Amino acid sequence: MQLDPLIERALVHPESLAQLNISQWDRLIASARRLGLLARIQALLAERGSLEAVPPQPRLHLDSARLVADNEQRIMRWEIGRIGRALSDLSKPVIFLKGAAYLLAGLPLARGRISSDIDILVDKADLAAVERLLLEHGWEHLKIDEYDQYYYRAWSHELPPLRHRERYTTIDVHHTILPPTGRCHPDPKKLLAEAVALEGSNYKILAPADMVLHSAAHAFQDGDLVHGLRDLVDLDDLLRYHAAETDFWDRLLRRGVELDLARPLYYALRYSRSLLHTPVPRDVMEEAERFAPVKLACLIMDRLVGHAVNDRLSGAPGLLKTVAAWTLYMRQHWLRMPPWLLACHLLHQMWRPQKLRTRLG
Amino acid sequence: MKVCQLGAAELYRSLRNSGIRIRTGPFVCHLQSPLPAVAEGVETFYQDFTCEPEGFADFYLQLVRPRNVHRFWRPQVTCYLNGDSPFSPLPSDQAFAAFESLLNWSIYKTTYSYLIIHGACVERNGYAAILTAPPGSGKSTLCAALVSRGWRLLTDELTLLAPESGSISPLARPISLKNDAIDVLREYAPRETFGAKIYHTVKGTIAHMRPPAESVRRMHDCAVPGWLIFPKYVAKAPTKTALLPKGQAFMRLSSGLVNYAVLGARGFEALTRLIDRANCFSFSYSDLDDAVAWFDELEPPRQSAAG
Repeated sequence: MQLDPLIERALVHPESLAQLNISQWDRLIASARRLGLLARIQALLAERGSLEAVPPQPRLHLDSARLVADNEQRIMRWEIGRIGRALSDLSKPVIFLKGAAYLLAGLPLARGRISSDIDILVDKADLAAVERLLLEHGWEHLKIDEYDQYYYRAWSHELPPLRHRERYTTIDVHHTILPPTGRCHPDPKKLLAEAVALEGSNYKILAPADMVLHSAAHAFQDGDLVHGLRDLVDLDDLLRYHAAETDFWDRLLRRGVELDLARPLYYALRYSRSLLHTPVPRDVMEEAERFAPVKLACLIMDRLVGHAVNDRLSGAPGLLKTVAAWTLYMRQHWLRMPPWLLACHLLHQMWRPQKLRTRLG
Repeated sequence: MKVCQLGAAELYRSLRNSGIRIRTGPFVCHLQSPLPAVAEGVETFYQDFTCEPEGFADFYLQLVRPRNVHRFWRPQVTCYLNGDSPFSPLPSDQAFAAFESLLNWSIYKTTYSYLIIHGACVERNGYAAILTAPPGSGKSTLCAALVSRGWRLLTDELTLLAPESGSISPLARPISLKNDAIDVLREYAPRETFGAKIYHTVKGTIAHMRPPAESVRRMHDCAVPGWLIFPKYVAKAPTKTALLPKGQAFMRLSSGLVNYAVLGARGFEALTRLIDRANCFSFSYSDLDDAVAWFDELEPPRQSAAG
């Protein structure tokens, strides 16, 4: 399990990119584009003052990707304000998750990060009120069929996605961070109780340890790692940033157990450390080993992650990559629902026409 | 090395195997395709373009037959940009037109170093005339007519305006003529090279016109915007022109720009400067000789000599 050496250099030692020849740049830009990391690499180079050393052709693509990311963030900031305004009648703070939270908190990982959807977390008791307020303020349900509507409401951890009818921005309203049908059951009440208020606004974000755990849960418990490396880059950033706080690592481990997210936390620490050299203290890693799966499962997971974090077009194309992607897809579903529900869901997905399939997978 | 110097056999072989790198203005496009229609198109319309041996490619384009029943039955072509397929497969006889659209799409979607104006652009004596209007207004027709009468082709579809310098970078790619304009131009410019008609595309029937060798040779010579023209073809009507107020020209131009918002303030400033410099006209025509005569008499804008 290892990263493409060029991508690793770009993420871990960006200043060393100055020595690349033009063919290496060619390969790096193509791979980074497919991995969704062009803007990120631009931001890393800009921070270190190394952009000037990039030849004009790759520079054009790095700068272009950054412009697009910055524009998305500009749109996201505006959208956060609109959501805050629409939900002001709720008279409870709104908790922003993921990209929107990083942006609001001014975290370094917000720079060059691409994300267009906004995710918020609300108390389950307020779900109906939030939906009503958003519908009143111009959001509407995406055109999805009855089965999807039913599926979201019955089994998922969020409302069916809502899109604003004029601005076309999408919002996911969560009442918890993982599907209730899945294997891990983080208690949303605990997340809400520790959420941190942002000064001068009615917005909240998750507490530092919870933010890491949510990111880990999203990457390793609820996804098929299609954006594997992007998820790991987020985790690496969050860990580095919050590591400066006193007690952070202890809290993280404790909170991982409290929120029933110890296993995804273990994966997050393991892969972030081995692939992106995240400075996880030795004793923390040893402690986290308690949450590891059995040896064989760990070996398989290593192989799967190794495939997921690399550019699907670099290296030899092959059956193994397809098998890995399929296994991750099945694993995601397996972790998300009990077998009887999974069987019903997959049967239903098989019968419906291709074009109706939505992001439920 | 020029594409035509490769020789047909080598061109077809390279396209089928590792692909070739074609330079068009500021960009290098890596194209790989086993489809003869693509190779024929490249051979005919890109013969004077430079083929880069290796190095950096801005776009990796692939046009291949899909791996399903459409390989044999109603053959199709699937387009890939950097490994992703941005649009649905098309009938394989549209393969060359698909390549042209895919290259336009690549420039639109991955490069933000220019403010991109959807429109044709031709140049004479260092000044560029930008022809911009909604699809079907006769931009390409007018562009092809002017090019056949000595104007230099900068671009037919995407006009690249550098935000800082305010100059226009040529692409010099083939002109894509639609529907009735094809026969009109074949008659009007019999010495130019036209491709076979490609039927039932989203834009109707298409045929391409080869860019003149001189325009291709000068693809690195930028031009200063001289005139911004909103053409409209009106059947059987006489040529009619009117000087447009700058504010109106700004609003008409900015409403159709694709990457304007992403460029933010830089885009706004670039656009303002363009409108300030160029003389702006609305222009309706039906007779090509008459239209070309009007263009030939255009006076260079006054303030641009200083800018």
